[in-house]
Amino acid sequence: MDQEVKSSLISFCIEILIYAGLVLAYYFLVLHLLGDWLQRLFEHERKLYAVTALVLIICQGLILEVLTRLLLTFIKPRTEE
Amino acid sequence: MIFPISGTHIDPVYLIGVGFVVGVLGGFFGVGGSFLAGPALFAAGVPMNFVVGTDLAHIVGKSIVAARKHRMLGNVDLKLGGIMVVGTIAGVETGAQVIQWLKRTAHIDAAVGLTFVFILLGISGFMTWETIATLRARGNRKRERKAIETEHPSRRDHSAMAHIAHRIHGISLPPYISLPVSGIERVSLWAILAVAFVGGFFSGFLGGGAGYIRMPCLIYLLGIPTHIAVGTDLFEIIISASYGTVSHALKGNVDILIALVMHTGAAIGAQIGATATQFFGGPRIRMAFIPLPLIGAVMLIHGLLTGHPHK
Repeated sequence: MDQEVKSSLISFCIEILIYAGLVLAYYFLVLHLLGDWLQRLFEHERKLYAVTALVLIICQGLILEVLTRLLLTFIKPRTEE
Repeated sequence: MIFPISGTHIDPVYLIGVGFVVGVLGGFFGVGGSFLAGPALFAAGVPMNFVVGTDLAHIVGKSIVAARKHRMLGNVDLKLGGIMVVGTIAGVETGAQVIQWLKRTAHIDAAVGLTFVFILLGISGFMTWETIATLRARGNRKRERKAIETEHPSRRDHSAMAHIAHRIHGISLPPYISLPVSGIERVSLWAILAVAFVGGFFSGFLGGGAGYIRMPCLIYLLGIPTHIAVGTDLFEIIISASYGTVSHALKGNVDILIALVMHTGAAIGAQIGATATQFFGGPRIRMAFIPLPLIGAVMLIHGLLTGHPHK
């Protein structure tokens, strides 16, 4: 198998493992801990809910991307050796 | 699992799976994927008003991941994207106002649905013809074959419709700007704003990020290379979808918990899709894009005929 393709596949597998861990964390953090609070905001503080919703999805996007990129820059050189 | 905001009962694995599929499509083609995610959420029992708003929220997160990946690959023209923001927001607001006006008439679903079907079929038909013409022209150019073979796949970008972009570049309407990242020496600012306005208008009028309109417009009208069009389109989708998310959240149409779970799958898919663009030339990416508007059109026609519009 081409070295570049092999390296990419290893990277993707690592990313998937990282994301799987994060998904579990979200179930506990977001759905269970923030769920009730977000529902109350949705029902009583719609403006704050709108801002919170946008901030949450942007932060999640940035955190997932930055975290995996940092981990991969640490892991990738070893997989390419 | 119960999602209390929208009051729906959905398996999170299903949401992650849907997010993954639209994430791959978004990363590869620079589209939001609302034409697939919307029907998938609706089929899972999410009320239609939450389908539209929640889909927009998840598009924001997914597009951030894909756009950052494309940025690292050198596929985002920030100067072009920054200028387009003005036209995009103006277009989104105009599209939303047209929807408000149409709400006062009797046949809004049919009007919006038929417009959407017409546009999707038009885009798909045009891109089929253009891509085939481009690939045939390249195949006939024996002299250039050697050079083509030595090019990196992501730099193999030719279009049979390049003359349209050349004519638009020649429009004498100052001020002019240059786009070095996209390889454009001079183009009228108004041409860029017009393309952005059209993309924004359809985002506000039909929902979603409207990447299926903006991406072809960037390639064929402004002459932006396909890879940069994909990356810059994703940047624009972040703007239009963020605006739409806040607007819909204020109206009570966003279940952010569903969007967050969907996004975990979409984030993986978006990275895979964006990385995959490195291994394909521009015409190949455009050819693979062709079935997407057709799938959306079929879903809409089905919805219109059965009285349950998907968007």
